[in-house]
Amino acid sequence: MNADFTPEDIAFREEVREFLQNEFPAELREKVDAGIRLSKDEIVRWQKILYEQGWAAPNWPVEFGGAGWTATQKHIFAMEMGLTGAPEPVPFGMKMVAPVLMAYGSEEQQQRFLPDILQSNVWWCQGYSEPNSGSDLASLKTSAVRDGDDYIVNGSKTWNTYGQYADWIFCLVRTDTTVKKQEGISFLLIDMKSPGVSHRPIVLMDGHIEVNEIFFDDVRVPAANLIGEQDKGWTYAKVLLTHERTNIALVPRSTRRLRALRRAAASLDDGYGGSMLDDPVFSHRLAELEIELKALEYTELRTLASLSVGKSPGPESSILKVVGTELAQRIDEMFVELAGYHSLPYLPEQFDEGFQGSPLEPGVPAGQGLIYLNDRKLSIFGGSNEIQRNIVSKAVLGL
Amino acid sequence: MDFSYSEEQQMLKESVGKFVQQQYDFESRNRIAASDAGYSEENWKLFAELGWLTVPFSEADGGFGDSAVDVMVMMEEFGKAMLVEPYLATAVLAGRLLAALGNEKQKAETLPSLMAGKLQLALAWAETGSRYNLANVRLSARSEGGDVILDGVKVNVPNGPNADKLLVTARENGAAADREGISVFLVDREADGVHVQDYVNIDGGRAAKVTFSEVRIPESARFGEAGGALTALEQVVDHATVAVCAQAVGALDALLQKTVEYSKTRKQFGVHIGSFQALQHRMADMFMECQLARSITVMAAMQLDSDESAAAKAAAVSAAKSRVGKAIRRVGQEAIQIHGGIGMTDELDVSHLFRQVTGLELLFGDADFHTGRFARLQAAGKKHD
Repeated sequence: MNADFTPEDIAFREEVREFLQNEFPAELREKVDAGIRLSKDEIVRWQKILYEQGWAAPNWPVEFGGAGWTATQKHIFAMEMGLTGAPEPVPFGMKMVAPVLMAYGSEEQQQRFLPDILQSNVWWCQGYSEPNSGSDLASLKTSAVRDGDDYIVNGSKTWNTYGQYADWIFCLVRTDTTVKKQEGISFLLIDMKSPGVSHRPIVLMDGHIEVNEIFFDDVRVPAANLIGEQDKGWTYAKVLLTHERTNIALVPRSTRRLRALRRAAASLDDGYGGSMLDDPVFSHRLAELEIELKALEYTELRTLASLSVGKSPGPESSILKVVGTELAQRIDEMFVELAGYHSLPYLPEQFDEGFQGSPLEPGVPAGQGLIYLNDRKLSIFGGSNEIQRNIVSKAVLGL
Repeated sequence: MDFSYSEEQQMLKESVGKFVQQQYDFESRNRIAASDAGYSEENWKLFAELGWLTVPFSEADGGFGDSAVDVMVMMEEFGKAMLVEPYLATAVLAGRLLAALGNEKQKAETLPSLMAGKLQLALAWAETGSRYNLANVRLSARSEGGDVILDGVKVNVPNGPNADKLLVTARENGAAADREGISVFLVDREADGVHVQDYVNIDGGRAAKVTFSEVRIPESARFGEAGGALTALEQVVDHATVAVCAQAVGALDALLQKTVEYSKTRKQFGVHIGSFQALQHRMADMFMECQLARSITVMAAMQLDSDESAAAKAAAVSAAKSRVGKAIRRVGQEAIQIHGGIGMTDELDVSHLFRQVTGLELLFGDADFHTGRFARLQAAGKKHD
């Protein structure tokens, strides 16, 4: 048993740190530190810097332009990125559709789509959930009917994160209604500029628009955009869902947030002449979360270790998703408690560039109330935590 | 033992219930919240006509009787409907503090117009470093040539943007967290040196950060004795805290009811999600939380209306706010979770109820603060036994 980093790992970590220090643009770093959301262009800009370095796709095989790292190196890279606050690539292309293309796409499809994903030339979004098919994904109804060399697609998809920016969408569509619900599903790539595609923004309770409903009205999609075989999409979709659930433990983010929480607690008054860190209850709760993070981090490391000897992520990723998202939500609660009344202003625009007029004093963590509201999504999306617990009870415990 | 409402309380409940059912549906509420003022002056006039603005005041002051249980009855209905009119800020908080501290002349100049719906008020008590300690006041008041000069900053002033007058806690002498030396002044919002920075609060109402820069007011603007306002402030905030608990109880009941209803209509895997035992147990827990929150709020309101000691009343209030705070977390979060993605959206009332109770959870102190205060009061009580 050995959880130490090798000298090579430590050298790699130094290399990553130095790279992030020098190459993560200062103006982006300032925004991240100030809690300002990065624009699409800024995220793409950073992604292209990573591409130039050869680090855009840590999880891809080398032959497709991946970094060729060990599991430990991937972990180190994700951690250092998270601690710096450098944005992760938007996952829909890099982490979701790309693995499916690699595993089930034709060579022609791989050549057509993968380089643009690697270079962040094309922005993808996900077309899985439908208004009546959330946790029960396989009940989806968006239909694709073959017509000559095309499919005609009709229906709607929902919770499309950043669908308003997307050039392409990968969709699960129903191609056979006469068989068991999992068996009549196909995996189709659709150009968002196709006639008949429209979207409606959905405002979430923090006032932010990050998800959309996407409508398909007699959209013609070339059959060449079908991945693998017709009606076999559910098999491909499950592969994608497993990939979606890796890196879902949010360890780097939670590490960064907990450090910031401890720093802020040390500098904020408890109202009685001490700091919030002197408050025994607060400091006890903070310690509990730090301990939980340690347990989570080592659970993730154990999962990674099993991956590095050739296993694929299985139901373990469900554990990481449940524990990771619920810890992140508890950290949000602590920030709200710490900021107290300063959590209450409802100013969705405070995360936009150029926002003036914050009613807060400097040094108080801003916008924590809104972050708390927004992060309730963590235990809902990517397969709700109820579904993850079902997976654990069925696939791990055999219940 | 009798926990039923009196005939008058029943009428009050029906009066408020009828208003919110007939005139305060979710759409109307959102329209009002999004308007310039963020509340409806028409509704406010109606509240005055219906006598609701007299409820938190004693008969001697021209009110309905100043019963905490009466206020609780109303606030629960307000919470269900997510009322954005500043009933708590103007009447329960600032109004009751005026009544507690003002001399006859001061009361005559303010309370009748408040109860007639013609005076909007806000209490400015919290500061950046004060957290929930009411005695922690740094905003300074110094006497100068027969006048008083106020200097400092207040945060989280509910109804600050719409208040005609601000009731401000200020320190006349002593160190930041001393119990002595705190006074209360009534300041015109338009006075020179008063800067109101308004914003929308997480609960949908309006609030402000208010900066007082060398604001000159006459000595007659002081309510109560110089430096001796803290006890009255604490008692008024205790009453307002129980009102907040009652508002939360109403909102939590609405969250529970909407969640149960949704679970009976939303189908996944071919069945209603309410048929899953994992969700049934969680909704059963939500129901129990709602019941406990209601019970402890009733307990605290009854204590406030009793002849118990001030310390016993304070302990009852903190017990209620602590327990209700926990219920808010659990019921609120579960309501969103069981609704799933749709519960995250601005278009559904559930997310607005969640926002409202999240604000109430912090107002006048979160569960940790009130558990601590309860513990201190219990320990102090034991010493005297």
